Amino acid sequence: MWGCRGSLAAPGPETVRYGGNTSCLEVRPSDGRLIVIDAGTGARNLGIALGKNRPDRIDILLTHLHLDHIEGLGFFGPVWDEGCEVHIWGPPSPLRTLREDIAKYFSPPLFPVHLDDLPSHLVIHDVPGGEWEIGATKIRAQPVNHPGPTVGYRLQDGDNVLTYISDHEPALGVDLRSVTPDWVSGYALAYGADVLLHDSQYTEEEYPGRVGWGHSSIAHTVSFALITKVKRLVMFHHDPLHSDAQLEAMLVRAKELWGEEPDDIVLSYEGMEIEVS
Amino acid sequence: MQQQKSLVLILARDLADKLASAMFVVDADGTLVYFNEPAERILGRSFADVGPAAMQEWASAFGPLTVEGRPLTLDELPLTVALRERQPVHKQLAVTTPSGEVRQIAATAFPLFARTDEFEGAAAVFWELEG
Repeated sequence: MWGCRGSLAAPGPETVRYGGNTSCLEVRPSDGRLIVIDAGTGARNLGIALGKNRPDRIDILLTHLHLDHIEGLGFFGPVWDEGCEVHIWGPPSPLRTLREDIAKYFSPPLFPVHLDDLPSHLVIHDVPGGEWEIGATKIRAQPVNHPGPTVGYRLQDGDNVLTYISDHEPALGVDLRSVTPDWVSGYALAYGADVLLHDSQYTEEEYPGRVGWGHSSIAHTVSFALITKVKRLVMFHHDPLHSDAQLEAMLVRAKELWGEEPDDIVLSYEGMEIEVS
Repeated sequence: MQQQKSLVLILARDLADKLASAMFVVDADGTLVYFNEPAERILGRSFADVGPAAMQEWASAFGPLTVEGRPLTLDELPLTVALRERQPVHKQLAVTTPSGEVRQIAATAFPLFARTDEFEGAAAVFWELEG
């Protein structure tokens, strides 16, 4: 895990244990490929770590184009390497392709270099409606409840399933305890996953002042994980205002809500490694 | 993988649930997936009694009539027009409650397309006409 902060990078002494970089995940399936999920500021360090050992092809799955999920893209070393084939997958908008939307970021005055001038071999794909494969990994993207075109991802390698829904407000206008699961945003993506990385941005006290912002309270996150019967829950997309101590207090509350097997719920942190099995 | 309603249908149902106006939601096959309490008040039936239901089933359950009192065929209902033509449609018609009362209504039905133009179903907002 190269970044697990939400909304805005938040470096500083208050966030050293869990990290200040925004969303970026390195996934290593059984076939040895490299799949990157989201390209927040954490992507810069991933690019540095890959160095000259980078694979010839890298696939980047973007959940959406809010800046905290793409601002590391221009600083991800492999996009500057002409020998590298970088495939970017993400949701299109109703009127524009993903390429057109990414090109907005890669253009002055937001960024000094145009998308077409990046030296790597860049291939940009609108996410398909159904399942597709990257090597041995079966991938499915589905729209989830968050402002703007936003998807979550379900990655399956053999029998092992990782679900990533970084920005998600499944409880918007809904009591998760009273609706049937098939009426819950993200349900199909997360059901039965070995590991679910899920938005857990707010405390229960904060959420009422942030309804409709596209994120979950701890109580919503735990309810969603219980409804979808995931095996392990990783709290993700930490609020930039939350210190390490506040995150740890949120984990205590999440464990209370989770009930049995409290060790199955953890906080994400930079440098974290998870074996999905 | 488990089945799940599309996000557009989930949000349409959430919207209907919060509205004071009567609203009816069907999926792309025409299956009734939800109507709200204001709709129950006009139709005289609860969603729990009627739905989920296939199009033929729900269409006949409400005894739809033209404003002149002629039975409306399935093809003439605003929602089925919106589903078939994939365009908004507005119509005045009448429905028959279980007690046999005929209520005049106006309905606006519209297709539901997801962001990338996937057709997900249709919704109708309707209200009872005075007199």
